[in-house]
Amino acid sequence: MESKLIVSSSPHIRSNQTVKSIMRDVVIALVPATLYSVYIFRVNALITILLAIITAVATEAVIQKIRKKPITISDWSAVITGLLLAFNLPASVPWWIPVIGAIFAIAIVKHAFGGLGQNFMNPALAARAFLVASWPVEMTSWITPGVDAVSAATPLTLWGDKMQPSIMDAFLGNVSGCIGETSALLLIIGGIYLLYRGVIKITIPAMYIGTFAVLTFAFSGFDFVFTFYSLVSGGLMLGAIYMATDYVSSPVNTKGQLIFAFGCGLITFVIRTYGGMAEGVSFSILLMNVATPIIERYTTPKIFGGAK
Amino acid sequence: MSKTKLQIFTNGLYKENATFYQLLGMCPTLAVTTSAINGLGMGLATTAVLVLANMAISLLRNFIPNKIRIPSFIVVIATFVTIIGMVMEGYLPALYSALGLFIPLIVVNCIILGRAEAFAYSNNVIDSFLDGLGMGLGFALSLTILGSVREILGAGSIFGFSLFGASFKPVLMMILPPGAFLALGILMAINNNYKSRKA
Repeated sequence: MESKLIVSSSPHIRSNQTVKSIMRDVVIALVPATLYSVYIFRVNALITILLAIITAVATEAVIQKIRKKPITISDWSAVITGLLLAFNLPASVPWWIPVIGAIFAIAIVKHAFGGLGQNFMNPALAARAFLVASWPVEMTSWITPGVDAVSAATPLTLWGDKMQPSIMDAFLGNVSGCIGETSALLLIIGGIYLLYRGVIKITIPAMYIGTFAVLTFAFSGFDFVFTFYSLVSGGLMLGAIYMATDYVSSPVNTKGQLIFAFGCGLITFVIRTYGGMAEGVSFSILLMNVATPIIERYTTPKIFGGAK
Repeated sequence: MSKTKLQIFTNGLYKENATFYQLLGMCPTLAVTTSAINGLGMGLATTAVLVLANMAISLLRNFIPNKIRIPSFIVVIATFVTIIGMVMEGYLPALYSALGLFIPLIVVNCIILGRAEAFAYSNNVIDSFLDGLGMGLGFALSLTILGSVREILGAGSIFGFSLFGASFKPVLMMILPPGAFLALGILMAINNNYKSRKA
């Protein structure tokens, strides 16, 4: 009798999603882009990706051991951090760059603030910003796809130049750039899988890419070709689909997410068009990550009958 | 509860350390600690001003009207900062130019004003001298540690001596402003962890 009357606290509705299943879905969504990047950048990309993942997972285990917390490396979250970090590095980086980046991402950005669910920034992006600021030369030496990798500029740097790759190459990913950002097509396919599985909502990617597209279209003198080219080159797809949608560092409700994604699109556009750097996706997401608490504060629904 | 002379001196060295415990004087702490020598120089300059200002204010404490004590403190402190600045410019021109604007800015360093208000204004000269010396040396020690960490990581050297040879690729960010925040935060976390374990 007594047991039937126990009232538990919320949540009362449980879904089948767990941290592990969500993270595993993200890894599955990233598999095509990973395989393709290994195909175009060969063994350099493979080593960088493996080093980043192994270091991230090992760091997570060591830190959780030191903090006397349960070791949760089997939930795939450290794997994703490592993989996304490697996706943000050029294929030609020396071996210690992914190692230091992964340690920084997990130890400083994630665990110094309390571990999974507590980080105020996307760990992979924060690590990338740290690496770019510390080793600017190594972090911007791009190479061309293929076996005989020679150094080359990315499509965004080359715009207006005769050397500029075709739109189709940029869309499919047969261009130079960071390991995981080159193929817009495969990243979009992975994104559709995540939407289908309900891991991410369309809000952030659509608003982000939409804002950026409208601004670029308007400010490039209504140039369709350039707008499309801007959309598929650089890290925009990777950032919009996989990084800006990070549960921890983006706002919770739809209104907040729209503001968040609009800010990302606006800052990306401003950095790409007027800034000194060719690419602004990572810094735009980091800046909006920092703005997330204040967005949440003004978008939290009011309690009915509560204070005015 | 009266403290012994030794307690007054050691209070500022570690227990109520200006940087890691009171979080005062963050502007020079973050801005000038790009190398160990800059941190040490800034710390010692502040110590000199702190000791002299503490003693002068302690001597004058019965003559300073309560209502205008803050402006009076500022005048006393600014006098000593100007003297120290001129001495440094004359005898340590390299350090003076490296620290630049932050030497005159010692005037508005909240450690000095804070000790004047919290200690020197209500204690005798000898105690104020010891308090100023302890607080100042604690500040200098913190700045030197912070400067050393940033210099070792960001330039691969300490006090100008190269440590790792040419193959070492320094972490450039550590001597840029973000590195100051990172290094300070991590050092403070280590210190707090140590303190909470001891307590």
